[in-house]
Amino acid sequence: MANDNAKLSKNLLRMKFMQRGLDADTKKQLEEEERRIISDEHWYLDLPELKAKENFIIEERSFGPCEDLKYGRMSFKGFNTEVEKLMIVMNAPNEEELEEEEMSRMETDITDEDMARRYESLVGSMKKKFAKKRERSVIEDVNQNATETETKRAFLKPQD
Amino acid sequence: MGELQRVYFRFCCFFLVFLCHIYCFPYQKCTFTDMLSCFKDKVGDVLLPGDVFSFQMPESITDSKPEKVVCGPGLRRNGDEVLVCKSGILRHKQPNLYWIDSQQRRYVPGKGESVIGIITAKSGDIFKVDVGGSEQASLSYLAFEGATKRNRPNVQVGDLVYSQFIIANKDMEPELVCIDSCGRANGMGVFGAGGLLFKVSLGLVRRLLAPQSEIAKDLEKMFPFEIVVGMNGRVWVKSKTIQQTLIVANLLESCENMTAQQRQTLFRRVADGSI
Repeated sequence: MANDNAKLSKNLLRMKFMQRGLDADTKKQLEEEERRIISDEHWYLDLPELKAKENFIIEERSFGPCEDLKYGRMSFKGFNTEVEKLMIVMNAPNEEELEEEEMSRMETDITDEDMARRYESLVGSMKKKFAKKRERSVIEDVNQNATETETKRAFLKPQD
Repeated sequence: MGELQRVYFRFCCFFLVFLCHIYCFPYQKCTFTDMLSCFKDKVGDVLLPGDVFSFQMPESITDSKPEKVVCGPGLRRNGDEVLVCKSGILRHKQPNLYWIDSQQRRYVPGKGESVIGIITAKSGDIFKVDVGGSEQASLSYLAFEGATKRNRPNVQVGDLVYSQFIIANKDMEPELVCIDSCGRANGMGVFGAGGLLFKVSLGLVRRLLAPQSEIAKDLEKMFPFEIVVGMNGRVWVKSKTIQQTLIVANLLESCENMTAQQRQTLFRRVADGSI
C-alpha cells in the first residue's frame, strides 16, 4: 500500500474505484490520454491533409430557373377545370408569399369583431347557467331599476 | 476568277475573321473580386464558343468571401475558368445567375425539367420512354401517384406521359418520375385521350412558358382548348373539334418565325374569320 500516487501503477489508477475520488478535470485528462494511446495504435495513412477545394462556380444545366418558366400544362376558357386549378396552384408559389399575410386574415369564417361580440354574450349566458336561482334573477334584472333589489328579503309577518 | 483563286480568297477571309476574333476578344483574365464586373460588362453581348473568363484565386480568403457564381446553360466550368460553349447573348438574373441565350431544336435532358415522353417499351419494373434525347429514359412503375407493387399504374405502350427528370447527365441513363418529392402527382402522369402531338423548337417552348408570355395571352382569347408543353420541344393540344385542334397546332408552328405584330394579326383573322 503505497502512499504516493506516483508509486501506484497506471492500470490501478484507471480502475473504477480509484476514479471515484478524482475531480472532473483529472478524469478528462485521463480520458484524453487513453484516447491518444488508442489512436496511436490505429493505422492511418501518412498523407498530407487534402482540403476539398471550395467551388465558387456552380453549374446549372436547365433553363427553367433561369427564366422562371411557368407550369407546362395550361387550359384556356374552362376546357379542363382540373388543369386550371393546377395552373393556379403551381404557378403561384412566389406570389403566395406576398399574399400570405392578407390571406391569413381572410381565411377565418367570421371577423375578429364578430368573434368578440359573440364571446361577450357567451360569457353572460354561461355565467347565468351556473349562478344560483336568486342570483340568476338579479342578473336578469340588471337593466331595470336597481331600487327594487335594495330591499332585503326578510320574513314578513302576516298582518292578521 | 479561277477555282484556285476562289479557294484562296475564301481562306483569306476565314483567316482574317479568325485573327479579329483572337485580338479583339482576348483571354479574359480577372481577379476573383473583379469576376462579377467582368461578367457584368459582357451582359447583353454576343459571345462565341471558346471565350474564356478566367479567375485567379486570391492568396488569403480570410477577408472577403468570394461570392458564388451560378453558370447556366451555355456556360461551363473548367477548373477555375468559365468557358462559353454556345454562341448567343449573355443574360443575367439577380443575384448571381448568368447564362447564354441561344436557340436550338435538339433537346438535351436536364435535371428538373418537365417533358412529354412517349412510352416505347415495358420491361420488368420500368418503362422505356422516348423524350427526344440521345437515349431513352427510364420510368419506374412505382413513380406514379398511388402506385404500389400490387397496384400497378395503367400505362400502355404508346401513351403520353408528362414527367420530370430526376437524373439527367451525360454519364448516366436519364430517369423520369411522375410524382414530386411529397408523393403527389401535380398534374404529371399519363394524359391525353385524343389531341395532337407535334414538335416545335426549344426557343418557342421557352417563349410559351415565359412568365409574361404574349403568345399565351393571345392564345387565351381564341377558343377553349387545352395544351401541354414539354421542355423537350413537344407540344400536345386538344380542343373540342378536330378542326380547332389543327388550327391551334398550325398557329403554334408558324409563331416561330413571326414578329409580334404579324402574330397578332394572324390570330385576329382566325378568331374573326375562318372557324
